[in-house]
Amino acid sequence: MSSLNPAAAGPLVGAPAADNYLTHSRGFWSWAATLDHKRIGVMYLAGIFTMFLVGGLFAVLLRSVLLTPDAAAGGVKTIVDANMYNRFFTLHGAVMVFIVIIPGIPAALGNFVLPLMLGAKDVAFPRLNLCSFYLWLIGTAMALASLYWGGVDTGWTFYTPYSTKVGSSGAFGGVVPVVAGAFVLGFSSIFTGLNFIVTIHKLRPPGMTWFRMPLFLWGTYATAVIQVLATPVLGITLLLLLAERLLGIGFFDSELGGDPVLFQHFFWFYSHPAVYIMILPAMGVMSELISVFSHKHIFGYKFIAFSSVAIAILGFLVWGHHMFTSGQSELLGVIFSAITFSIAIPSAVKMFNWLTTLYKGSIDFKAPMCYALSFMWIFGIGGLTGLFLGMMGLDQHLHDTYFVVAHFHYVMAGTIFVFFGAIHYWWPKMTGRMYDEGAAVLASLLMFIGFNMTFFIQFLMGTRGMPRRYYAYRPEFQFHHIVSTMGSYVMLAAVLLLIYVLIKSLRSGRPAPANPWGAGSMEWQCASPPPHDNFKTPPPVVDAYDYESLEWDERVGGYVHRGRRGGPAATH
Amino acid sequence: MTQMADAVHPTSHAAVPHGDAHAHGHHPNLEHHFDSLTQQFDAGKLGMWLFLATEVLLFGGLFCAYAIFRRNHPEVFMYAHQFLDTTWGAINTVVLLVSSFTMAWAVTASQRGQRHLTSILLALTFLGGVGFMVIKAVEYSHKFHDGLMWGVHYDPAKHEHGHGHNGAHGAAATAAHGAADHAAPADHGTAGAAATAAPAASTHPEATTSVHAPETSGQPAATGAEAADLPPERAPLEPSQVALAPAGPAGLHTGGHDLHGPRPDNVHWFFGVYFTMTGLHGLHVLAGMAVIGWLFVRSVRGDFSADYFTPVDLGGLYWHLVDLIWIFLFPLLYLIH
Amino acid sequence: MTGILADSLGLMPPKASTFAPAVDFWFDFTLWVSIFFFVLIIGLMMIFMVMYRRRPGVRAIVTPTHSTVLELSWTIIPTILVVLMFWGGFKTYMDQRVMPSGAYEIGVNAKQWAWEFTYPNGIRHPELHVPKDVPVVLTMFSDDVLHSFFIPAFRVKMDVMRGRYTKLWFQATLASPPGGYYPVLCTEYCGTSHSTMVTKCVVHETRAEFDQWLRDADPLKKLTPEQYDEYVRDPAAFIAAHPDIQGLQSPADMGRKLWDTKGCKQCHSIDGKVGTGPSWLGIWGAQHEFSNAPPAVVEENYVRESIENPRAKALKGYAANAMPTYQGRITDREIDSIIAFIKTLKSGSETK
Repeated sequence: MSSLNPAAAGPLVGAPAADNYLTHSRGFWSWAATLDHKRIGVMYLAGIFTMFLVGGLFAVLLRSVLLTPDAAAGGVKTIVDANMYNRFFTLHGAVMVFIVIIPGIPAALGNFVLPLMLGAKDVAFPRLNLCSFYLWLIGTAMALASLYWGGVDTGWTFYTPYSTKVGSSGAFGGVVPVVAGAFVLGFSSIFTGLNFIVTIHKLRPPGMTWFRMPLFLWGTYATAVIQVLATPVLGITLLLLLAERLLGIGFFDSELGGDPVLFQHFFWFYSHPAVYIMILPAMGVMSELISVFSHKHIFGYKFIAFSSVAIAILGFLVWGHHMFTSGQSELLGVIFSAITFSIAIPSAVKMFNWLTTLYKGSIDFKAPMCYALSFMWIFGIGGLTGLFLGMMGLDQHLHDTYFVVAHFHYVMAGTIFVFFGAIHYWWPKMTGRMYDEGAAVLASLLMFIGFNMTFFIQFLMGTRGMPRRYYAYRPEFQFHHIVSTMGSYVMLAAVLLLIYVLIKSLRSGRPAPANPWGAGSMEWQCASPPPHDNFKTPPPVVDAYDYESLEWDERVGGYVHRGRRGGPAATH
Repeated sequence: MTQMADAVHPTSHAAVPHGDAHAHGHHPNLEHHFDSLTQQFDAGKLGMWLFLATEVLLFGGLFCAYAIFRRNHPEVFMYAHQFLDTTWGAINTVVLLVSSFTMAWAVTASQRGQRHLTSILLALTFLGGVGFMVIKAVEYSHKFHDGLMWGVHYDPAKHEHGHGHNGAHGAAATAAHGAADHAAPADHGTAGAAATAAPAASTHPEATTSVHAPETSGQPAATGAEAADLPPERAPLEPSQVALAPAGPAGLHTGGHDLHGPRPDNVHWFFGVYFTMTGLHGLHVLAGMAVIGWLFVRSVRGDFSADYFTPVDLGGLYWHLVDLIWIFLFPLLYLIH
Repeated sequence: MTGILADSLGLMPPKASTFAPAVDFWFDFTLWVSIFFFVLIIGLMMIFMVMYRRRPGVRAIVTPTHSTVLELSWTIIPTILVVLMFWGGFKTYMDQRVMPSGAYEIGVNAKQWAWEFTYPNGIRHPELHVPKDVPVVLTMFSDDVLHSFFIPAFRVKMDVMRGRYTKLWFQATLASPPGGYYPVLCTEYCGTSHSTMVTKCVVHETRAEFDQWLRDADPLKKLTPEQYDEYVRDPAAFIAAHPDIQGLQSPADMGRKLWDTKGCKQCHSIDGKVGTGPSWLGIWGAQHEFSNAPPAVVEENYVRESIENPRAKALKGYAANAMPTYQGRITDREIDSIIAFIKTLKSGSETK
C-alpha cells in the first residue's frame, strides 16, 4: 500500500509549488483521519489495488492447479489438494467481487473524481465517506481473517445448505468471518452510494444541469441507486445466513422445513444488480475515455445517459436467470428470461454510441484508450455470450459450465480493463505525474492478449460440458486448461509491468499539466494535483464534450483553452 | 475519529462545533463544502431519507420471508402467534408511539430554540426506548424459558406440559405421559409430543405409530403427509438435529396455553421469524437510543438553535422509522387472524 | 434442426438426445447473430482506428452529436433479434421441462460424492443405464447439499436438493458405443470431491438389451438364500458351476466393485493415503480409538455398524459426521462383500 501512496513515497520532486491536496498537510493522521474526498479516493485506490493483487494471486494459483487433469487420469496434482483448490477459487471470487470490483471504480476513482467533475468542493458527507473507507478496511480484514480459521470453501455465492452445514471446518469455520465481512463491505458500499446520490442532487453548482453532467456521473449515479436499493437485501440475506449457521434458525434448511432455493433468490436479488454496480461505472468511464481520446463529442449523450438508468432499473428484475436449473417455477423462469433479453438492448445502445463517437475522430492510442478499445472487444464478447445464457433452453446445457465462467469474466473482469484505463487517465490528476506511455501501452496489450488467451478458450470447454469449480477433469480438456493457464501468466506479467509503470511514474514521472489529454470536463480545469478544496469558486460550466476550444500547448505540455495560450488551463 | 479529523483539519467543520474559533465568518455549523445552511440541511435530509430507504429494504427482506412462510403455511402462524403476549405487545406499541410523539415534539421545540424543553423531551424519548427494551427483554425471557425459540432450539416439551416430566424421559415417553395425563381427545400436548417423537413425521411413519392414542397420533401423521416432500428412504435425521431435549424440571411452566389446537409441523418457523424481526428491530431501537442519548448531550450543551437543528430533525426521522417498523411488526406477529 | 457452425467447429458434445438438435440449432442461431454483430462492431472499430488515427495537424471532424434515426434503428433491430432468441429459448425450455406421460421412471439419489440410480425393479446401481428411444423421467433428490445433474450429451441439467424432488426427462437417440458411455456430471459445487462426482450413462441400443442389463445388474440379489450360502462357502466353485449368473465374482471382488461405485472410494483409500475417512489398507484387525466410545477392534460387527450407523463411533482424527449412513441402501450381502474386500487389504510394510 505504501509504495503506491504518494504521501509515503516522499515529497514529489518538481511538483507544482502551489499548495495541493497532497502537500496540504502531512503525517499519518493527516491521511488516516482525512475528510478530503481526494485522499479517501487515493487510499481506496491503494487498498483496492493491493487486494486486486491478492485476488489475482489466488487466480494464478488456481489456474496453475488446473494445468494437470487428475491423478486418476494419469496426471499428478503437485501443488495442492482439492480442499485447498476449493479455497482458492472461493477467495478469488469473494475478494474480486466484494472487495475489488464493486468498490473499484465508484469508491476509488469515483471518490476522487466525482466532486471535481461536478464542480463541488467535496462529497455531501465527508465523514460518512471516511467511515465507508474504514468499513471497507474492516470488511476486507474480516474476509482475510477467514484464512486463520482454515479459509472458506463455499464458493463466493455461499449457497445453502453447503455454507450453513458443511462448508469449511467446524461450526465457525471460515464462512462466518467472510460472510460477516461481506456484510460490512455491503454497508461500506451503501454509504458510498448514498453519499454520491446526495452529492449529485444537492451539490451541483449553478449551471451544472443534469444533462450537462459528464456521462461518468450518470453511470455513477445509476450505480449509486443500485447500491442503495439492492445492498440492504444482501445485508439481510447474509444476516440470515449467519443466523442459520450460528443459531440454527432454519429458514434455508430443508431439514427444518426451510427452503434452500429461497437463499438463492435473496442472494441473486442483490448479486445480479451487483453486476451492474460493477459495469455501470465502467461504462461511464468508457464514455469519457472514448470521447476524450478521439477528441470527438460523445455521440448520443442522452441515449447513453438513459441507457444507464434503464440498465439500473431492469437489473433488479432479472436475478432469476441465475436459477434456470434450480427448480424455480417455469413461469418465473420465462419472465426472468424475457426481462434478461430486454437488458441487452441498452447495453448494445452504448456500444453503438461509442463506436459512432470514434467515427471521424482523431484517435490517440494512449494507454487509457488502449484499455477502452480493449473493453469494446471484451464487452462485445461478454455481452453477446450473455444472449446464449439468457436462452432458457440453452442455459440448461451451459449453466454452471466454463461457458458461464468465461462469460462473466468477459463482463466483470472486463471492467478491470476500464478500471486500469481510468487509473491511467486520472493518474496525472491524482499524482501530478505523467507515466511512461510506451510501457503502459505495452502492459495494456499484454493484458489484452493474456485475457483473451485465458478466457476465450473457456467458452469452448463450456460448450463441450466442462463444469466449473472442478479440481479434477477429463484429459480431453487439458490442452484448453494449459492455454488458459498460460494466458493467466501473461496477465500476471502485464500487471507486474503496470505496477512498474506506476511506481516509476511516482518516482520520476514528469510533472503533469492541468489537462494532459485535452479533456473537457471540470476536473481538468484545476491544477494537477488539485488544490485542497478543489475550486475556490465554481468554474463556469461548459459542455464537457466540446473539444473545439482546446488545443495543445507545447510550453505547458498539455491542452489549454484557445485564446489562453501560455497560461495555465486552470481557471484560478 | 471525528475528533481527530477536526484536530488535523481546522478548516473542516464537523458537527461538533468549535465554531467560536471559526475564521471564515459564516455560520459555525456550516461545513466548508456547502454554500448555505439550507443546502446543508437539504443534503442531510435527503441523505437520511435514503438511509431510511435502505433500512426499509433491510427489513423488506424479512417481510418477504414472512410473507412466503405465511402464505405457504398459514397454520403455523395461526397456531404459534397465540404464544405471544398481546398485552405486552400492545403496551410496547403504546410506549413507542408515545416516544415517537415526544420525539416529534422535541424536533419542534429545537426548531423554536427551546433548549430546555428539547432536552427534557429527548430524555423522555430515551426513556421510552428503555421501557420498550425492558418489556422486550421480559417477553424474550419467557420465550426462552418456554422453549418457544427458533429452528433447532424450538422445544415444545417446555411449554406443552404443565405437569413436568423427569428429564430422563425421551420424547416418546413424554408423549405417552401426555396421553395418560390428558385423556381429553382434543389435547394438543399429546399430538405435539408425538410429532416430537417423530421428527418430520413424513420421513418416519413408523415412529409415529409408536404413540398409542389413536386420535392423537393421527394428527401429526396427517400434517406430516402434507409436508411429505421428502423421500421415504432418506437417511434418518440425527437426534441432535431435532428438538428432542428432555423436558425440563418439574413445574417449569404450568399450563396457560390450553386453547391452541393441534400443533402443526415446523412451528419453529414462526419463532425464527419472530426473533429475527423483533431482534433486528431491537438492535435498531438500541441504535436509536444511542442517537437520542447523543442528541440529549448536545442539546444540554447548547449546540442547537433555531438556525441549526439538523441533527435533532434527522435523529427524529430515524426514531420514527424504528417506530413505524414496530407498527408493522406488531399486527403481523401478534394479531394474526 | 441442427447446428451447422457448432457441428463443424466441434463445439458441442455428441448429440445423443431428442433435445440436442434443437439446443444446437438455437446455439448456432445465436452464434451467427453474435458473430455478425461482433464483426460489425469490432470491424468498424478497427477500420476507424486505422482511418482516424491521430495524425499531426489533423483535427477531429465535427459530426452530428446525435441522430434519432440511428439510435432508434440500433435499438429496434437488436430488439427484434432478441425476441426471436427468447422465443427459441422458451420453446426448447418448455420441451425440456414438461414431463411426458408414460415414461420410464428412474430414481436418482445424490449425496456427497456419488450418484445412485434406483430402477423400477428396486435395483440400486451407481451407473445410469437407459434404453434408446424411450422417454425417461428422472426423479431426483439429495441427501445433503445441493447437487446438479448434468449429461452434456443430452443437453439436460437440473439441480438436486434435499427436501424437494426435482424432475428431468430425456429421450436418448444415440446408443453409447460398446464399452463407452456418456459422462454424468455434478455441476453444483458440493464440496471436496465435487469434481469426481462423476458417473456413466450407458444408452442401450434396444429395450431388450437394457432389460438384460437390468436383470444382471445385481447378481448378488438374484441368488436364493441357499445359493448364497453355497456361494459364500466356495465362491470359485459356485461361479464355475453357474455361468448363467453374469457379473458374479468372488466376494472380495464384488466388494471392490462396491467400493468403486458406492462412493466409498471418495473418502477411503485402499493404498494407505489418508482421506476424509481412514484408509482401508491394513485396517482389518486394527485397534480404533473413538472420541465417543470405548476402543474397538475392526471386525465384522464394527464394519457393519460403521456403514449403517457411521456416527455411533467417531474415529479419532477424523470428522465425526463426514460419512452419511448407508442404511436402507445397501444390502446385507453387499456388506458381506465389502467386509470380504477389506479383509484382503492386509498391509505389508506400509505405515498406517
